[in-house]
Formats: sequence, structure tokens, C-alpha cells
Amino acid sequence: MDFVTFFALAIPLVVIAIMVIAHPSPVYSALFLVLTLFLLAVYFLFLDAHVVAALQIIVYAGAIMVLFLFVIMLLNLQSDTQPTPRHGLGRAAIIGGVILVAELGLLLQRSSSEQAESSLPENFGTVEALGSQLFTTYLLPFEITGILLLVAVVGAVVLAKR
Amino acid sequence: MVPISYHLILSGILFTIGVTGVLLRRNIIIIFMAIELMLNAVNLSFVALARHFGNMDGQIIVFFVMSVAAAEVAVGLAIILLVFRGRETVNADELNLMRW
Repeated sequence: MDFVTFFALAIPLVVIAIMVIAHPSPVYSALFLVLTLFLLAVYFLFLDAHVVAALQIIVYAGAIMVLFLFVIMLLNLQSDTQPTPRHGLGRAAIIGGVILVAELGLLLQRSSSEQAESSLPENFGTVEALGSQLFTTYLLPFEITGILLLVAVVGAVVLAKR
Repeated sequence: MVPISYHLILSGILFTIGVTGVLLRRNIIIIFMAIELMLNAVNLSFVALARHFGNMDGQIIVFFVMSVAAAEVAVGLAIILLVFRGRETVNADELNLMRW
């Protein structure tokens, strides 16, 4: 990924991510979040993570965001017009965020031993490479993930039916 | 080529936007979306580091993070629906039954 591509993706990403948390209407927030996820998927493509990019669009932008929009429509939410009553917390959040970013940047600048990127293996980021690792080295976590999803589905149904 | 620190700083900025969203907004659903934003920021640094070291493990972790996020959203939104049915609000400040 060269610098032009990086900034062409990074600047819209940050702007749209801020719009997600700044827009008063939840529906617009959700749509901006979809945009963020799509941009991240493109970013993943440039980082040679093709499967992850596809999964990002299918799972996040497809399934998860549909759930979000569904719940927003179901609750019939209006935009919350009342501002947050605790202004101190808002100011503290913004100041804390700026400090956190500054510290992260400083830390990275100090610790970055700019070693060259390792050469990529032949089939880096393909379905084949990911799948063979997933079904050999990571078989147990994979199975546990399946059980986790089953539990989540059962839990969601039980909660929603109550 | 963009050095690895650029990806990590972008990831840190996105994560911080998520944290700020959780602290600033009072609508539970938007707080939830900010959490998704944080998860995605972490995914970004995993993928960038996987690319940097030429190792697939980072991408596999992203796979697991995504499935955990899916489970979390399913259960979390069901809880929000349940809370809304009982209390008629999604404002986090008014949901203080378990606060003290």
C-alpha cells in the first residue's frame, strides 16, 4: 500500500467514523457505520487479506448492520435532541481521546524499529491458506466459536420471546 | 510503502473515536455501534501486523473476533429490545436500576 492509497482511505475513514458518533440520528449513524465497514474492507484488500475483506462485507456490513437497522426501525427512535446533561464528561472524553492518540503516536514513534516487511508466503490471505489453518491448528477455537454462536442464537430467541 | 506504524496509528485513532463515542453518547444503540467501531479498529491492527510479519495468524484472529462480535450483537440487541419494552427508553442515563 503506497502513501496515496493510504491517505485516500485513512482520511475518509476517520471523518466517517467521527460522523458515526457525532450524528444525532441513529439511522444515519448506522449508515455511516456501514460506510466505515466498507472502507475498512477495501483497506483489508490492500493489506492482502482477501478473505477477511469478503467476510467484513458479508458479516459486518451485511448481517450485523441489518440487525442494527432492524432494531432501530423496530424501536422507532427519534434523534435524541436533548444534549447530554453532563458537559464535564463530554469535555473529559474529548480531552482523554486526544491524549490517548498522542500517547499512542509517541509510543509508536519511539518503539518502531522500522524493520523491512517480511516476504509474503505464496498463498497469503487466500481461502485455502486460511481454511487449512482454521481446520488444523485452530480447530478447537473454531468449534468453540460454533458453540458460542449457537448459544447466542438460543439466548437471543429466549430473550426476545420473554 | 507505508510503514507499519501508520496502520497502527490509524487503528489507534479509530479505537479512540469508539471510546469517545461510548463516553459521549447516551443512546444505547449508538454506544453499541461505537463498540463495533472499536472492534474494527482492533481488526485493522491485526490485519496490518499479519501483513507485516507475513503470518496468517492475525487474519484468523480477525475471523474469531468477527464471530464473537456477531454473537455479541445478537444477544445485545435482544437485551436492548427487552429493556425498551419494559422501560420505554434507550437512554443510558435513565437505565440506572443496577447502578447503586
